[in-house]
Amino acid sequence: MEQIIFYLLALIMIVMAIASVSSRKMLRSVVYLLFGLIGVAGVYFLIDYNFLAAVQLTVYAGGIVVLIIFSVLLVHHMEMEMETAKKSKQILTGLSCLIGLGVFLTIMYSHEFTVVENTLTTTTAEIGMGLLSYDAGGFILPFEVISVLLLASMIGAIVIAKGVKLENEGKETVGNPQTRIENSQETEDEN
Amino acid sequence: MNLSLSITKNIHDWLFNMMPETLASLVEMTLIALIYLTIFAVIGLFLVLLERKVAAWFQLRIGPNRVGYHGILQTMADALKLVSKELTGTVNADKFLYNLAPYFVIITALMALAVLPFSLEFQAFDINIGIFFLIAISSIGVIGILLAGWSSNNKFALIGAMRSGVQTISYELSVGLSLLTMILITGTLQLSEIVEVQRNGWLIVQGHIPAVFAFMIYMISGTAETNRAPFDLVEAESELGAGFHTEYSGMKFAYFFLAEFVNMFIIASIATTIFFGAWLSPFGITESLPWLGVFWFLGKTLILMFLMMWFRWTFPRLRIDQLLTLEWKYLLPLNLMNIVLMALIVWLNLTIQF
Repeated sequence: MEQIIFYLLALIMIVMAIASVSSRKMLRSVVYLLFGLIGVAGVYFLIDYNFLAAVQLTVYAGGIVVLIIFSVLLVHHMEMEMETAKKSKQILTGLSCLIGLGVFLTIMYSHEFTVVENTLTTTTAEIGMGLLSYDAGGFILPFEVISVLLLASMIGAIVIAKGVKLENEGKETVGNPQTRIENSQETEDEN
Repeated sequence: MNLSLSITKNIHDWLFNMMPETLASLVEMTLIALIYLTIFAVIGLFLVLLERKVAAWFQLRIGPNRVGYHGILQTMADALKLVSKELTGTVNADKFLYNLAPYFVIITALMALAVLPFSLEFQAFDINIGIFFLIAISSIGVIGILLAGWSSNNKFALIGAMRSGVQTISYELSVGLSLLTMILITGTLQLSEIVEVQRNGWLIVQGHIPAVFAFMIYMISGTAETNRAPFDLVEAESELGAGFHTEYSGMKFAYFFLAEFVNMFIIASIATTIFFGAWLSPFGITESLPWLGVFWFLGKTLILMFLMMWFRWTFPRLRIDQLLTLEWKYLLPLNLMNIVLMALIVWLNLTIQF
């Protein structure tokens, strides 16, 4: 039963991944990508790692794919189709994909995998303790590094989105009365 | 894979005695799927009728009263009409995505239904991350609306879809954070354990002040997530025709319509589970009869759904900037402060326990 479900999920993921890169309609390939990601979540559910599965659904399916769809909605029109790449590029991409697959498979087959009989479900409490423990095997350092990275990216997003306005606010005291009025109007608009 | 299919032990044991294991589990899954599809349809149809009756009551009308006793069969007749209607489509639409979109909305609603604890044994999928799973699932539903709006090749539908995306992504945050506030008391994400915690008093009583705040925030953002008035910018009739489902007809339109009402039921029943003790009776008056839990659960959910209908027929629609201001400038900071307050209360043992 589990084997059947696993092979079904694997088939879905492979077919969707190929469809996602070969489709010439942008939004369709996003939807294929979404199905591929949901398939990954399905595999996590299959091995009883519910937390990671839900994270996969929230972050990738619910977050990133929605953002991609958003950007496609903003820039793309129904009748547009992506152009096919040049022959040389296609061959090059195919070759590099094959090399990647080869490296991946050799690593997979050179490693001895042991089959775990009774899988234990990881509870949320264990994950939380693991993230905050600074003993050996604890994840406090990566956790903190990632939070700093996220903070930096948030600040970066704000600076990019409001860059011109931030600069203007800095100059406000030296500027002539005309620009000051404009600036105050701008801030009013914001509010 | 250990699906805890705990709908009723007896049927489960009987099935596994009757036939080999693989076949029995297949039959069981099919049965559960059929039961939940039936629940889905019944809830949808009943809620449409209830909405119309409540609307009529608020507006001093009589409402549907021709088909069946006091109009009970009205929505059944409507559904039959919708089934028999022609499925129209637009010429330049992306047919694949156009046909796919309603199923996203329906399937996410169905998956969310499976986690809800209707009663002690009536829960299809008691996963150990219950609430997180619900939040994850509800974040996928919006994809259906976005796809529907885009693939219709219609400006109104596209605007509706964009509004829906903005609205759902923002208000998801509040839903998640207000539920997180309550997780601080329960200490678990599993829905059946959350119900067990509430044997010492419903969580809204246990957590008193921050719990009430969390409940209010949850109801506001839950109403916004289901795209109901006063947050129904997605399908604002006066501005956008019918919003993202302008181009849909017949049964596909009905899918969106049913899913909207089932989503309302899901929002209300999550509130019931988290704040009002799910199937637990008040003061444990029917503790000896666990099967009565279904009625308590549905009763509480009905009251909360009535509240949401009350919102709908009382408040005027918000503008899009007001909508975003409400979320990002008021609900979100309030929510974060509320979490700190709740953490303090749990830390100092100030919760009320019976």
